Amino acid sequence: MSPTQAPERPARPPRRALGRVPLVLLIPAALTALLALAPVAYLVVRAGEGGLDTAVRVLARPRTLELAVRSLGLAAVVTALCVIVGVSLAWLVVRTDLPGKRLFGALAALPLAVPSYVAAYTWVAAMPGVAGFGGAVLVLTLCSYPYVYLPVAAALTRMDPAMEEVAQSLGRSRFSVVLRQLRPSAAAGGLLVAMYVLAEFGAVSIMRFDVFTTQIYTSYRASFDRTPAAVLGLLLVLITLLIVAAEARTRGRAGYATRGNPARRPAVVRLRWKALALGWAGGVAALAVGFPLVSIGYWLVEGASARMRADLLGEAVTATLAVSAAGAALTTALAIPVGIIAARYRGRTATFLEQSTYVGHSLPGIVIALSLVFFAVRYAEPLYQRAPLLVIAYAVLFLPAAVGAVRASVLQSPPVLEEVARSLGRTPLQTVRQVTLPLAFPGVLAGAALVFLTAMKELPATLLLRPTGMDTLATRLWTETGSASYAAAAPYAALLMLFAAIPGFLLGRRSVEDDRI
Amino acid sequence: MRLIVTEVGKSFGGTPVLERCSLTVAEGELAAVLGPSGCGKTTLLRIVAGFERADAGSVTIGGREVTGLPPERRGVGIVPQEAALFPHLTVARNVGFGLPRGSRARIEECLELVGLAGLGRRMPHELSGGQQQRVALARALAPRPGVVLLDEPFNALDRSLRTSVRDEVRDALKRAGATAVLVTHDQEEALSMADSVAVMRQGRIVQKDTPVAVYSAPADLGVATFVGEAVVLKAFSSGDVASCALGELRLRGAGRGAGHVALRPEQLELREPGPEDRVLGRVERLEYFGHDAAVTVGLDTGDAVRVRTGGEVPHRPGDRVGVAVRGPVLFFPE
Repeated sequence: MSPTQAPERPARPPRRALGRVPLVLLIPAALTALLALAPVAYLVVRAGEGGLDTAVRVLARPRTLELAVRSLGLAAVVTALCVIVGVSLAWLVVRTDLPGKRLFGALAALPLAVPSYVAAYTWVAAMPGVAGFGGAVLVLTLCSYPYVYLPVAAALTRMDPAMEEVAQSLGRSRFSVVLRQLRPSAAAGGLLVAMYVLAEFGAVSIMRFDVFTTQIYTSYRASFDRTPAAVLGLLLVLITLLIVAAEARTRGRAGYATRGNPARRPAVVRLRWKALALGWAGGVAALAVGFPLVSIGYWLVEGASARMRADLLGEAVTATLAVSAAGAALTTALAIPVGIIAARYRGRTATFLEQSTYVGHSLPGIVIALSLVFFAVRYAEPLYQRAPLLVIAYAVLFLPAAVGAVRASVLQSPPVLEEVARSLGRTPLQTVRQVTLPLAFPGVLAGAALVFLTAMKELPATLLLRPTGMDTLATRLWTETGSASYAAAAPYAALLMLFAAIPGFLLGRRSVEDDRI
Repeated sequence: MRLIVTEVGKSFGGTPVLERCSLTVAEGELAAVLGPSGCGKTTLLRIVAGFERADAGSVTIGGREVTGLPPERRGVGIVPQEAALFPHLTVARNVGFGLPRGSRARIEECLELVGLAGLGRRMPHELSGGQQQRVALARALAPRPGVVLLDEPFNALDRSLRTSVRDEVRDALKRAGATAVLVTHDQEEALSMADSVAVMRQGRIVQKDTPVAVYSAPADLGVATFVGEAVVLKAFSSGDVASCALGELRLRGAGRGAGHVALRPEQLELREPGPEDRVLGRVERLEYFGHDAAVTVGLDTGDAVRVRTGGEVPHRPGDRVGVAVRGPVLFFPE
């Protein structure tokens, strides 16, 4: 709707829905926030316990500096490449007459569904020599460029062509305007890539490229003294938080490139080097989507001739389904009060509760797992190396997704329905049970399904927290790849790809249905 | 039940929305709260319902103070702007939402009250907008609340539908004997539906009276111009008569000194200029509405007045006309 068509609504006082947050929501939400924040807060305590001099000693080690250079270098190179790939593909797909651009548009977003460690496995299994910095850069770029491609493509689609025409009429090139307008969305996407690369564990460890996350894992496993792991974890948290802050800043400014929905579509640019452009787009798609499929297919066939351990596969599937289902159930249950508060109430308390659950989005999974280990060893010994602790870790990691789903689905129905219910004699809890939740149910369920499927792919926290002897699909793939048993790893990779494709498939179908309406 | 709102105050983020706002509605009365958007009328309603907490003042329903009570313990029924029926429940279960289980007879009774008997098994989306609004009323009335609050309930309806739904809602409220507060910015709605009209401005009720009294004897110039159209001219009163651009006019009520006179457009009459006409002007603009028309006349004194006439307008822009005034006019001293 264009701004001129928007009906004028009378100015109203800010809608605070039902005023103060009722206790039946506040108490469980506060406990959830505590669960999300406490382990990370305890990490600070734990790092300090070894004494300040231990911390200083760990930080002053040349090895630490080397790790920082490696981690940040990897993040910088991958981010730069993702910006190049993402922006160029977005421009080709949205603005040019590239043949088959619809297909390329669909393919360009697909790598998001491929878990990066599965992609890493497919490369290492096909050409073991790729391991190292180059391999890590290759795999992470191919998996992460959609974080740049998607916002940039959206910005390009919504950009008002009038602005380019004005620039041209003033004697400037249209390109300068386009680039200027894309900067915020490209920057936001790039920072997201940097954040994910710093948090990455599986792919870099399969590529045998040592960074913070892998070092945290090794030093946690190898030595009796876990203080260095805690110190490194904190350092990683600090670096990540800097990037998160930068990302939040650019997101605030990204608005101007995407204001409104212009009625006109921008003019299509005629490509002069069509073959070259086709080669570029096709090459990226082949490497990011085609190659992993072919590689897995090859090793599946190869493995079928060898002896396949169906019993191990079955155990891993069962264990994966069980912990993921439990994780999805707990995550959703915890997310409901926070999500309702986020949708219906404003004010400092509501904002704090919602934001506290975003820890899992910003912090590397390995750090969250590590902090839960420390926390459990100290305060909940019986949970240590038991499945419930892993389930709790999933909850902390995937709360953002679940809270987002609950919040969005609660927002679908107007708060006035809850007010009517209250005026008809329902208490806040009855209102949640009889009105809010029944109406939000489909969305909440979709959120739970998403958490379930995401938990099935989780690697670092599962590695650290799984009970002794338990293996999920992800950990088996990691172990088999680590010992170069590529054929044995293939069925796990294939299953993981299959599960990873489900949400994309469902989302894709939903958007097709939306188009029809 | 009798509703008494006493000196309620409320501000949002330092901006006062209600200031010492008081309102009394007698048992069985249908009162309209009329005011422009942003005057605080919706906030007043939300405070009575318990969705907002007042910073100061009190709310009493049937002699029971409810100021600090949560909405579910107030016995206040609400009919929101867009009906807001529970989309996942049938019409009957919507109406029965505030009733104990097994109140089938009461549900039927309430549906009958709003003229929708037999539609209980439909889902809300299968009803028309007007029907949904009536179900919302039945739902609010079902638990026999002390007060029913209607928040601009006819806004979402088509113009053609609005009048008939208004009548049905009014009838149902009267048959139920409910005490009701209707919040609206539509003066026609307030004047035609309500037993009394409370005019609200900048967070306060400035006048509460019968529709006739609010229209014919507004408390101040602001009420006069907000409730109904008014032609306002500078004037000087010598007691019973004020002199202004329209000549010497007889006053309704008294007042002396400098001030303004306010006339209703239907008090002005246009005619061919004759020798007895002392007020003359030129037609500047014609607005044709079908059932009537508005003629803007530039007086020779320099002022302009807007006159309501019947559907047939013999004048054209540029015509000379004489302007006559019927009946006494309102005077408001400075």
